[in-house]
Amino acid sequence: MPNEILVRKNRGLKKIQPDIPRITVGLATCGAAIGATAVYDRLKERIRERNLEVILVPTGCIGYCREEPIVAIAHPKKPLVLLHRVTPDDVDDILDAVSLGTVPFEKALCRIEGWNHLMGCNLNYGRGFEDIPLYDDIPFFGHQKKVILRDAGLINPEDIDEFLAVGGYSAAWQALSSMNSDAVLEEVEKSGLRGRGGAGFPAGLKWRITKEKVNEKKYLICNADEGDPGAYMNRNEMESDPHMLIEGMILGAYAMDISEGLIYIRAEYPLAIRRLKHAIKEAKECGILGKNIFGTDFFFDIQIATGAGAFVCGESTALVASIEGRTGRPTPRPPRLTDSGLWGRPTDLNNVETWCNVPVIIKNGSDWYKSIGAPKNAGTKVFSLVGDVERVGLVEVPLGTTLNTIVFDIGNGSSDGKDVKAVQTGGPSGGCIPRRLFDTTVDFESLAKIGSIMGSGGIVVMDEDTNMVDIARYFISFATGESCGKCIPCREGLKHTLILLNKILGGKATPEDLDTLKSLSETIVETSLCGLGNSAPNPVLTTLAYFREEYDALVKS
Amino acid sequence: MDEQALDAIISAYDSPSGRLLGILGDIQNTHRYIPRESLEMLSWKLDIPLSQLYSVVTFYSFFTLIPIGEHRITVCMGTACHVKGAGEILKNLEKLLGFPEGITEEQRSPVTTKDNVFTLEIARCFGACSIAPVLKVDNTLYGYAKAEDVPGILEEYGWKKDDY
Repeated sequence: MPNEILVRKNRGLKKIQPDIPRITVGLATCGAAIGATAVYDRLKERIRERNLEVILVPTGCIGYCREEPIVAIAHPKKPLVLLHRVTPDDVDDILDAVSLGTVPFEKALCRIEGWNHLMGCNLNYGRGFEDIPLYDDIPFFGHQKKVILRDAGLINPEDIDEFLAVGGYSAAWQALSSMNSDAVLEEVEKSGLRGRGGAGFPAGLKWRITKEKVNEKKYLICNADEGDPGAYMNRNEMESDPHMLIEGMILGAYAMDISEGLIYIRAEYPLAIRRLKHAIKEAKECGILGKNIFGTDFFFDIQIATGAGAFVCGESTALVASIEGRTGRPTPRPPRLTDSGLWGRPTDLNNVETWCNVPVIIKNGSDWYKSIGAPKNAGTKVFSLVGDVERVGLVEVPLGTTLNTIVFDIGNGSSDGKDVKAVQTGGPSGGCIPRRLFDTTVDFESLAKIGSIMGSGGIVVMDEDTNMVDIARYFISFATGESCGKCIPCREGLKHTLILLNKILGGKATPEDLDTLKSLSETIVETSLCGLGNSAPNPVLTTLAYFREEYDALVKS
Repeated sequence: MDEQALDAIISAYDSPSGRLLGILGDIQNTHRYIPRESLEMLSWKLDIPLSQLYSVVTFYSFFTLIPIGEHRITVCMGTACHVKGAGEILKNLEKLLGFPEGITEEQRSPVTTKDNVFTLEIARCFGACSIAPVLKVDNTLYGYAKAEDVPGILEEYGWKKDDY
């Protein structure tokens, strides 16, 4: 690596493991909203007042949202200790303990003796504090496998030095200095990486199609319009480790020979936008983005385009229309974006998490990557486990993990001792899965087989009190409001689906209405123009299939 | 918005990709809505028909052509928030702010109190599902919100009982 980057890397290592205690506070959007900012501010104030030799740094989110705010303490040569549910009132106790070389045991959640950042960096923190449980012994963490979230909550997302320290940009360096672009593409193809936005299309194939368009201006876009309600893993990936996304995009640009990249991000994510802009600026200052990356003749730049609150803009053609300054209405495919995308040019569009998978594939090789996950479903997936579940949070597991493991082993079932009734995966395009099918493995094919989809990764748990007809109505109401209005099946069909569901919930429906509901839903699926309409009836169809008795109970015989 | 201010906004966008939505977003953030005059001026400067700009502005829920209130209250209606009782929070807000009709399914646009102090609207998802249900007032996010917490939150912004 160029010398000035190595200097930064070494400086980053000293920042992560300094000779004096380091205190970090998880400061992503949700942590900040429930008090982490107040904790950080109080720590800063008291450290200054007490004139302590302590370093204070904000980090991203480690994913155990239920236990936020989370503060971590690293004494030199001691394990990293995570404290949970910290309030500003705990700050003096924390600093008392830290200044005595220890930690407040009663606030401790777990300890981390060493951490593999997977990018050729295996950090050793140290031994000690044995009364505090190990990270792997905490059920929420122990069943997970962190690949995408390997840095989240451990490094400062606003400091490129720390990202470099844990092996960041080493895959980009490796590719640009010693691999040709074909080799990079082949490695991604061999890895079997599939699109993490929901459809599961092979990423390598999409790249190859784009690469084969030679002698043309081409674009590369990151879809960060994470619109599925109940899903926020992309937000955390960008807020906690923005450089990982940038590195993935650099590798894609190099493999496909593209010089202009865009991140299309929803306006609802101001912190992610701010951190990405900062990361892009840092990367440019280090010569990792822009002209002559790493001193080579490779050129690639990234700009940010923000959305303005339209769910349908997650659809590829609508997203492109939005970037071009038009209303986000989808157009029929083909042509696909790889043939005619942004400004009519070949365009490769991948989801945030797809890009985030690329550096670790290039660094460790496709064989390593394929060893994680299930056949045809390589790698891990990050899920947001939310709703009526006790351990709410972001969960990363190998594809092929069962819903039982996610909901019960990791999530510990419902939040208040009630029975779990169902989970909803895939947002408004997904379906409701009853508990008796929880031995289903979470992969692209298995979820499709039972009428749902993986989607971008939202898993909403519902307990026995949930009225499934109301849930179907909720999603149809959502999709009705977000339909762009271009094609009739979606615009009118969903409106009438909503009327029918309201009639059923009002106790005024007849058995024939249920038949109409089913056939109308099937018609919308088959005849809508884009993915929004094609999948919007899924919540109705799955609840009709698995919770028919709840509909029957509401219908006049 | 005077011409100079608009020029300053436009000049910040050197690439056509993402430019129009970016400019409209900046105008919206400056004025808390998009004034007709700004739109007319923009139409002339970018050589885009006013009708087309109108179409874009009314398509995206982030933009509004009507001035919004001093405090913008957004209730998240994502799935996790729905399951955790966001509907009750919205109902209580509608009651306390004097919107008997409320935000209906058919009419999802924001509603503003007559004195122009509070605007109430819904969002599809903030992505803060782990602390559901969530509501946002201006730039402050309130997690684990309960319907009965609403008066206390409103009071932070100068609301008094029986104001509406």
